[in-house]
Amino acid sequence: MKSEKITKLILIISSVIILLIFAGMAWSMIKGAYPAFQKFGFFGFLFSTEWNPTEDHEVYGAMPFIAGTVITSVLALIICFPLAFSTSLFIAEYFRKRRIATILGTLVDLLAGVPSIVYGLWGFYTLRPIIASFGFQGQGYGIFTSGLILAIMIIPYATSISNEIITMVPNELKEAAYSLGATRLEVITSVIIPSSRSGLVAGYILALGRALGETMAVTMLIGNANIIPTGLFSPGNSMASVIANQFGEADGLKLSSLIAIGLLLFGVTAIVNAIGKIIIRKFA
Amino acid sequence: MESKEIIIETENSGWREKKDKLFFGIVVILSFITISPIALILYKLIAKGYKQINPDFFFKVAPDTLQAMTAVRNGELLPGGIANGISGTLLMVAVASVIAIPLSILIGIFLYENQGKQYANLIRSLTDILQGVPSVVLGIIAYIWIVQGITKGFSALAGSVALAIMMLPLIIRSTEETLKMLPISIKEAAAALGVPYHKIILKVMIPSGFSGLMTGILLSISRVIGETAPLMLTTLGSTAINLNITKPTSAVPLQIWEFYNNPNMIDLVWSSSLFLLGFVLTLNIIAKRISTQFN
Repeated sequence: MKSEKITKLILIISSVIILLIFAGMAWSMIKGAYPAFQKFGFFGFLFSTEWNPTEDHEVYGAMPFIAGTVITSVLALIICFPLAFSTSLFIAEYFRKRRIATILGTLVDLLAGVPSIVYGLWGFYTLRPIIASFGFQGQGYGIFTSGLILAIMIIPYATSISNEIITMVPNELKEAAYSLGATRLEVITSVIIPSSRSGLVAGYILALGRALGETMAVTMLIGNANIIPTGLFSPGNSMASVIANQFGEADGLKLSSLIAIGLLLFGVTAIVNAIGKIIIRKFA
Repeated sequence: MESKEIIIETENSGWREKKDKLFFGIVVILSFITISPIALILYKLIAKGYKQINPDFFFKVAPDTLQAMTAVRNGELLPGGIANGISGTLLMVAVASVIAIPLSILIGIFLYENQGKQYANLIRSLTDILQGVPSVVLGIIAYIWIVQGITKGFSALAGSVALAIMMLPLIIRSTEETLKMLPISIKEAAAALGVPYHKIILKVMIPSGFSGLMTGILLSISRVIGETAPLMLTTLGSTAINLNITKPTSAVPLQIWEFYNNPNMIDLVWSSSLFLLGFVLTLNIIAKRISTQFN
């Protein structure tokens, strides 16, 4: 009996470590970000568009990076949707349980395994020259290139959730529609999509959460200009990429501002992920 | 489920069929566009990287800029390799595994044993959120906790802690899912025989769920092994092989970043990326193999 109590105690203690990690993360980041918030004010920091590390004139604001992150991620989601949704229909509906669907599913999974920095390299040496050759933006850096690479990176996440959701649509519903003479497309638009809508939405929300925090590939492609992007092909900077670029040589107020950006990123991704998970849990 | 009115046009059946075929065609085309990057990336890395892959590549450290410049000027292969990165990656992943694997298996068992309880649900939700935290943020955390707090400088330990926090949620959830799939009767049979609780965990639950646990562990390693951003903030990199966890250390992804930023070393970028991608994909495939055999 005593050994059972000890075992249970060990299990509970290990679960408490998750709480400690969370509390510690929040505390350390709030403490690290505090000087920046104190100097510029929380909303002042959030909405300021200036990022000037010149000594004695230091001003830091997060708005350019918030804008860069939001625009690239939303763009990625828009590009990702038709590709990921088609792939899900291919795997979970048209070729369900066939060999070709398994192969396609495995390849999509491999896409999830490619490290961010390899995507960045490929984007830099393959995608960027193609975009530059269209003449939109001199060297091909910028919002659009980053959004495109992010879209490729989040496709596996969106696809794997959509696959599960589409597979869960009851066969009787589909068969009923077929027996009324519906075509495959009509079954998809009037049975599959309506009955799996909220699950699909949750899948894309979780994919968005991935895109918000992606670092290396964006850092290599976005152009690293600390400005609010002026257009689809304008260079910019994202929250994650400004941290990756400038953290190494930062100290004092700049370090604190970068930690503050990290805290914002942490908060935003946590909220987006929580929303996605709640919808999925309600759906399932 | 709410009832839905299904509107099906009865006329124009020719047009309906055409629309159906057209949509099917679009789905197939878009699906193949979706997976094309994996083929294009592999092709690019192999075509550009294969010639640098030789024994030196695995057993020598990266060349300095002067050596690289000389080689580039003479049109030779770059000397040296990524031994400092490989050793650093192995070191950091090993330390991260030692921290993360036992802890997350315990937490996974805790969640499995306390299904439906409010506290366990809280832990499960926090684990889910932890899984979504961007790796660069975990780099900041490890910087504050370890670089500033313990080693007073960039260190392999800080990198390992960042990677360990990334591994935790993946192994926790896969442990819980694996245990849920085991028939409850084997646990009950052991309990009925009077086997103590810790022995049920160690001798019954973990061995019978072994392949499931292994899949989760391998996938989590393959996920963190290519991480660059958290290491940039915590371990900095090193030009020599370093096995001291309190000192700055290199890693394969960090070296890719260094090569990428140095025009003379560009040939090494491709071979080291090929190596990294090959390693990650192999781990992935092994993990999938184990899990299909398990099912």
